[in-house]
Amino acid sequence: MLDTSGYSCPEPVLMTKKALKDRPKDFVVIVDNVASRENVTRYAEAIGYTVTTKAEGAKWTLTLTR
Amino acid sequence: MLNGKIRAMTVSKERKSLIITGLVVGLSAFVLVLLGNPGNMGFCIACFLRDAAGSLGLHSAANVQYMRPEILGLVLGAFVISLLKGEFRPRSGSAPFIRFLLGVGVSIGALVFLGCPLRMVLRLGAGDMNALFGLVGFVAGIGLGCIALSKGFSLGPAKPAGTVEGAGLSILSVILLVILAGAPFLLRFSTEGPGSMRAPVVASLAFGLLVGAAAQRSRMCFAGGFRDLFLIRDTTLITGFIAVFLTSLIANLIGGTFKFGFEGQSVAHTSWLWNTLGMVVVGFGSVLLGGCPLRQLILAGEGNSDSAVTVLGLVVGGAMAHNFNLASSTAGPTTGGKAATIIILVLMALLAVFTCYIARIKEEKEEANA
Repeated sequence: MLDTSGYSCPEPVLMTKKALKDRPKDFVVIVDNVASRENVTRYAEAIGYTVTTKAEGAKWTLTLTR
Repeated sequence: MLNGKIRAMTVSKERKSLIITGLVVGLSAFVLVLLGNPGNMGFCIACFLRDAAGSLGLHSAANVQYMRPEILGLVLGAFVISLLKGEFRPRSGSAPFIRFLLGVGVSIGALVFLGCPLRMVLRLGAGDMNALFGLVGFVAGIGLGCIALSKGFSLGPAKPAGTVEGAGLSILSVILLVILAGAPFLLRFSTEGPGSMRAPVVASLAFGLLVGAAAQRSRMCFAGGFRDLFLIRDTTLITGFIAVFLTSLIANLIGGTFKFGFEGQSVAHTSWLWNTLGMVVVGFGSVLLGGCPLRQLILAGEGNSDSAVTVLGLVVGGAMAHNFNLASSTAGPTTGGKAATIIILVLMALLAVFTCYIARIKEEKEEANA
């Protein structure tokens, strides 16, 4: 799991990129701003993951599976 | 199959939003010039913040003083729409002092070139080929920033902040707007030069609000487009850049204001080297900051007070550029401006290298502990 809370673009997507280097089957990323939610989702989908988004308070939990 | 479909839909939605914003920005800028703003300067975040600095008496260059309502509108447009959409998120604490200094540096670089990234695109769309060197420098600067990011550069996380802290720059914008409308004698106004060229206040404010709202929705960022292309091979954000360029190009061609070439362009100089290097500073600094000057205004409106501090840095940088004779004029760059550009580039590089070095040591320590 990767918690990117507090970080703003483009860091969450870069952190995600690094974490997904070995292409795990599934992975969870927490983001706390909309721009990063969109960015991480777009990146994960571009490299073949399916993303499900769950809003929790001021944060979003993105579950990445492939 | 279904995934592919959903993906295609979300991508196109974000691109559509950026294309619409590009249209809005390009057309608004074109109309603002028709209504009185300086040539190819419907919007220029660096120039307008410099004008605002002059209006507040932070510098005394008499020809660039005006409290530009476009700036106030951009912040307030982003503020209102983010409130309405539940995206207003007060946060602060990600290296505000370094961001302030980077803001100062970016502003000086932009005023050596004579424009922020947005104005660079508007200048390109109007046929000003000097801006092409600016673009080369901008892309190179973004490249430098991307190297720093890929080596672990980070200004650290922000924390949730109080509502007043998050709304700070928006509240300040309202106050300045009230002063502009009700007590203009408190402010300085240019009677000649670019600062005296202005669209009516209501039009400037309205277009500022409109563009601010659109840019908040679409997350438009001129530095982010190339950055995402370089770092994650994503072309979404750059769509906005291209849309502004094409809109501006078409509007200028139809409106008869397209003027191809290097000489005699509006508020521009022809020194290719300093047009390039000025924008290297802007590109590099914008990536380290996480967004171009326009994006900083929008983020500040959304409640990010680190971006608000960055905007203050841009204001102070604009004042310094004129107090110390660093800003270029149509005659060309100044000796001080050239020296400042090199010094700022070196300082930004040192900041990047040092931050990455510390990050690596920390990482190695953590790995050793694990």
